[in-house]
Amino acid sequence: MVRAFVAVVATVFGLVLLLSFKPHEMAVAVAPPAAVRSSPQAQRSERPVTPSTSAATTVAGDTADTRWGPVQVKITVSDGKITDVRVPISPDGNRRDIEIARQALPILVQETLDAQSAHIDAVSGATYTSEGYVTSLQSAIDKAGL
Amino acid sequence: MRHVEHVMGTVFSFDIRHDGDAVRPALDTALTWLHWVDETFSTYRAGSAISRLDTDAVGMDECPAEVAEVLALCESVERASGGYFSLRPQGRLDPSALVKGWAVERASRLLREAGAPRHIVNGGGDIRLGAGPRQDHPWRAGVAHPLRPGRILAVVEGHDLAVATSGVAERGRHIINPHTGRPAGDLVSITVIGDDLTIVDAYATAAFAMGVDAPAWLERTPGVEGMVVTATGEIVTTSGFPPQR
Repeated sequence: MVRAFVAVVATVFGLVLLLSFKPHEMAVAVAPPAAVRSSPQAQRSERPVTPSTSAATTVAGDTADTRWGPVQVKITVSDGKITDVRVPISPDGNRRDIEIARQALPILVQETLDAQSAHIDAVSGATYTSEGYVTSLQSAIDKAGL
Repeated sequence: MRHVEHVMGTVFSFDIRHDGDAVRPALDTALTWLHWVDETFSTYRAGSAISRLDTDAVGMDECPAEVAEVLALCESVERASGGYFSLRPQGRLDPSALVKGWAVERASRLLREAGAPRHIVNGGGDIRLGAGPRQDHPWRAGVAHPLRPGRILAVVEGHDLAVATSGVAERGRHIINPHTGRPAGDLVSITVIGDDLTIVDAYATAAFAMGVDAPAWLERTPGVEGMVVTATGEIVTTSGFPPQR
């Protein structure tokens, strides 16, 4: 249960970070707004996750107010593992917000999914040696395709 | 057809979505090219053209024309990046930071010219996406999470696109900031996307050395977009990352 909630908070935090960047104005450190640091009490008021059941459970995180508008993240947990991440509430106030949301949201939604569920054809990363390749995601993809 | 080739001290993965007798010869042409590049440009081989040029054992006129081409490309990236890319990062002539991307870009072109445009060439983590795997289908390239091994940080969908990532390399060779002579330490990972892997790969190296100034530089550089992960784990993207294609 704790793990699921941590994931929700971490994901919302990540989204807020990205959404807080003004277009064409790159900043590196942006503090999360107070809304993200929701109290454990508020988290417990959400629909509970029961890790002992094998059935998939969906849990919604708090809605966080960002400068681009409210953001909410919903995750689905099955067997204690996150199997899906949705963003039912995302900023859509104006065209630029929509553009930002479209670009930024998929990036961090993917972060909580593993490579297998992301359905990728290749992996870009810092250069690996022939030895390092063996343990790389690209190696797994090459094997799966053989 | 898939193929994995160990060359240039790393691994090149090919994913070619064509059938027929022409695919194998097309792949062989690309592989022959990569091995020729290794022999010509390796700084680890004393007999390579680049090593012999560095020690003045040969002059430029005795080297293959591609050597002059690569050195000119390095110099243009050096200028475009305000000196954050260097042809002599540690004193010695070493165009390695540009050669891999350039070699992958040419390998992709050779496949296309041989009638196999639907492919991916991944050279040690630097990717050239060709035409999509099927009509109207994009490729999906994952960007490895620099702080969480085995995880994906972002997915770039597209075709006819180059994706390069520089980082605190598994290879253990740090990227040196040419202005300080010391390893660049502000960032843990930078991913650059654009049309041409030669430029995209070299710009990723330059931008990594730039550190916190990298996003602003990529933002005002036409034709490329980027995503940066800082040493404190924050993620910064340029406004067009990933571009809608």
